[in-house]
Amino acid sequence: MNLQLNPDGSLRHLLTLDGLPRTILTHILDTAESFMDVGEREVKKVPLLRGKSIFNLFFEPSTRTRTTFEIAAKRLSADVVNLNISTSSQTKGEAILDTVDNLAAMHADMFIVRHSQSGAAHFIARNVAPHISVINAGDGRHSHPTQGLLDMFTIRRFKGEFHNLTVAIVGDVLHSRVARSQIHALTTLGVPEVRVIGPKTLLPTGVEQMGVKVFHDMEAGLAGCDVVIMLRLQNERMKGALLPSAQEYFKFFGLTPEKLALAKPDAIVMHPGPMNRGVEIASEVADGPQSVILPQVTYGIAVRMAVMAILAGGATA
Amino acid sequence: MPASLPDAHTLITRLADAIAPTITPNTFIVGIHTGGVWVAERLHAMLRSTQPLGTLDISFYRDDFSRIGLHPQVKPSTLPVDLEGRDILLVDDVLHSGRTVRAAMNELFDYGRPASIRLAVLVDRGGHELPVRPDFAGHTLSIPSNQNINLSRLDDGHLTLTLA
Repeated sequence: MNLQLNPDGSLRHLLTLDGLPRTILTHILDTAESFMDVGEREVKKVPLLRGKSIFNLFFEPSTRTRTTFEIAAKRLSADVVNLNISTSSQTKGEAILDTVDNLAAMHADMFIVRHSQSGAAHFIARNVAPHISVINAGDGRHSHPTQGLLDMFTIRRFKGEFHNLTVAIVGDVLHSRVARSQIHALTTLGVPEVRVIGPKTLLPTGVEQMGVKVFHDMEAGLAGCDVVIMLRLQNERMKGALLPSAQEYFKFFGLTPEKLALAKPDAIVMHPGPMNRGVEIASEVADGPQSVILPQVTYGIAVRMAVMAILAGGATA
Repeated sequence: MPASLPDAHTLITRLADAIAPTITPNTFIVGIHTGGVWVAERLHAMLRSTQPLGTLDISFYRDDFSRIGLHPQVKPSTLPVDLEGRDILLVDDVLHSGRTVRAAMNELFDYGRPASIRLAVLVDRGGHELPVRPDFAGHTLSIPSNQNINLSRLDDGHLTLTLA
């Protein structure tokens, strides 16, 4: 049985995009579209989640993600509590459940969970009361579904359709929870060609089985692309044996205006942030006319509002 | 049974005649999705309004959200003018409980503070649960609470009222 779906097929929790049917993905994107104008109104709020309590449970710090969830919840009129929980006191699963039980006793309605360990949000979802929904805001290397959804929303806004696109995901796919969510969503929404581009050491073995084309040469991989998604290179990867240096990486896999010119002239450039300028992306590209990196941030609020609204409406009271 | 309901087009013409003397350049016509927008489109044309037409989807303002969840097809609200100080003519197809109108007014006030709001409906079918009454009604009748009046639009744009 699928943990994140109700028996009637509606969304119960959002833990991963893996296995979510196209109808649910499209429903989320359509709902997000109707939330787009709320941020531009006199009163930047709708009363949908009035009286609901949403807890941001961040076992791993991420100010940006937490802030966008907080804004989204507040625009839906929910009450938001932010909890940054140090993982040192949370080494065992029982400790997580204690925290969750305590918050449930305070009448929580929704948990937004970020954790460095894969499966943490699933674990909490499996153990919460029926009226509580869980949203995974990033777990280890596994999944970051709302980021994946906002990327799909951005692509649809700029390109209109999915069925005629070539999309390239460039960089550290191995350590990226974003990339996995993106590949699942792109394939489900009908993108005919998804490419991953990166050095062998940063691509997971067997990534081809996810239905993508693998390129180790960036020039070849970018040719004819409609969408270029750059991934953040985690600084700590430099220290290990995976990469020689930031300069070396930039030379082969950094997105420069020259390399971008190999993609289609109207190709868009995306990045989940925060960017390492001069490592995976040149400033001229990040701030250039083809960059949609800031619109991604704006759209992220509407997409998270849509997910929260759908979950709150689908929870069994 | 459907034969006993009046022709939708006749009702809209009657509504337009009643509303016409009250229209000023400050009047902004707003239809509620979905049936109210169809009626509002026609009124907008018949009344030769110089203002753009507004549309409202009240899904985010419904009072039954926690029981039935989000409507599967939410459409964006489009209010292309500043509502501050406007005279709004709010248009819906059928007035029943009054809850839709309440939700619509709540949403309108989140866009600004209008000078006035008047309500025009194609059919007032009775069964009000809130102190909401139309300023203009094309037709007034009393229908048992287990029955519904629906406005539907055919492919050629023709509007029809049916009883179900």
